[in-house]
Amino acid sequence: MKKRIVITGLGVVAPNGVGISDFTEAIKSGKSGIRFFQELQDLNFSCCIGGIPVISEELKSRYFTPLQLRNFNSSGILYGCIAGMDAWKDAGFAIDADSELDFDSGTIFGTGTSGVDKFREAIYQLDAKNVKRLGSTVVVQTMASGISAYLGGILGLGNQVTTNSSACTTGTEAILMGYDRIKAGNAKRMLVGSCSDGGPYIWGGFDAMRVMTYKHNDSPEKGSRPMSATASGFVPGSGSGALVLESLESAEERGATIYAEILGGAVNSGGQRNGGTLTAPNPVAVQHCITSAIKNAGIKAEDIDAINGHLTATSKDSLEIENWAAALGRKGKDFPYVNSLKSMVGHCLAAAGSIESVAAVLQLKEGFLFPNTNCEDVDPTILVIIDEEKIPNQLLNIELNIIAKASFGFGDVNGCVIFKKYNNN
Amino acid sequence: MEKEVLITALKKIVKPYIQDEEAFENLSENTDFIKDLKINSANLVDVILDVEDEFDIIVDNESMEKMLTVKAALEIIETKLSEK
Repeated sequence: MKKRIVITGLGVVAPNGVGISDFTEAIKSGKSGIRFFQELQDLNFSCCIGGIPVISEELKSRYFTPLQLRNFNSSGILYGCIAGMDAWKDAGFAIDADSELDFDSGTIFGTGTSGVDKFREAIYQLDAKNVKRLGSTVVVQTMASGISAYLGGILGLGNQVTTNSSACTTGTEAILMGYDRIKAGNAKRMLVGSCSDGGPYIWGGFDAMRVMTYKHNDSPEKGSRPMSATASGFVPGSGSGALVLESLESAEERGATIYAEILGGAVNSGGQRNGGTLTAPNPVAVQHCITSAIKNAGIKAEDIDAINGHLTATSKDSLEIENWAAALGRKGKDFPYVNSLKSMVGHCLAAAGSIESVAAVLQLKEGFLFPNTNCEDVDPTILVIIDEEKIPNQLLNIELNIIAKASFGFGDVNGCVIFKKYNNN
Repeated sequence: MEKEVLITALKKIVKPYIQDEEAFENLSENTDFIKDLKINSANLVDVILDVEDEFDIIVDNESMEKMLTVKAALEIIETKLSEK
């Protein structure tokens, strides 16, 4: 019998909601997490808006010891630990510094860059010839695998503990890597997800590339406009999403709550051929990734009820819709529902795939489709391909069975995962 | 500086890093930072940076290597202070 993999825990730290209950509320009501940041304007950014989760000192102290917080300056690790620990507790596990080492549980928790603010501090010290003043905290906060190292220790994980990195595909890729590991019988449970720092030092390069919008500094909540005719670039975000994946056998043994099932998926690369570049996707590979995911999941294209898109609010959105339509062989009114969480939280970069997957899983569990905000003026080139009713701008309370979630990243890399509502037969 | 005053100052410095409260309460000259106070060995360099800040001294590499107990720390601090 085919081994089934289910999701038994969720955690999220998003610009519009921290914790599963606030986040669910936020995405149902279309709440925006995008704000104006004076710091960005002072630094001469063209885009002065972004999404940064709101974390109080009190909240921090519930997840970290005073010693852990001493000289701590890595927002990605902060978000990742909160999301990861929440997911772990949500799955029914205790967090105990003296817990027995668990060789059956591991983590694959991705990021793009780690601790960019900490790294900046360190560089100032180094250039002032004060290398000794770096202390013991720079390496663990700036190494790419910092987040998995923190989580591995906090939770006492004895299986694989590692960090993946594939730009904006990172979170979706982490889910599939964890899925594969359980499927192969190498672990019973994997905490998967991703995190991204926020702020000028992570966003600056994108501002320089002119891929972020500069037109909404006076109207931050209107800035992120996926699939809109007036989309003018993405709005940067940050945060973390985390999921506990588990073999169905293990979940049933523990009597765990099951959020949804993962049927399969695919990752690939366009090799920067056929129009693909370091920064643009090869459409052939995008379509190949989607069709491979469908095949791997053992479903048919017509089984997909909704798409949770990558859809960043750049000129590439209509190309993405075109790719979905071609890969699925579905268009017009036959196209699945499609939504993009980025309209509310911006593009959370390495964290995008995991935060958006948490949203997709919540939709399956609770039976709703979150609204596309800022999309009252759908891009006419998209409407040539699909019917407007497939891009809801109001909350829909609807039972969904299968959601396809895809992410695409710099380096011409793609990931697509197929989530299904759980039923026990 | 009086030894008692130094110990009090040192106690304040190591407090955030200790993982054995009882050993910390009974801190004396013979207390070992790692064995007794269970300070993570990586954090020893942070303790030394805090000592440098508190007493406005520079602890050289050789002294750093020796600074594993309260006694050694006191000796090094006293020496560095007298050299100022």
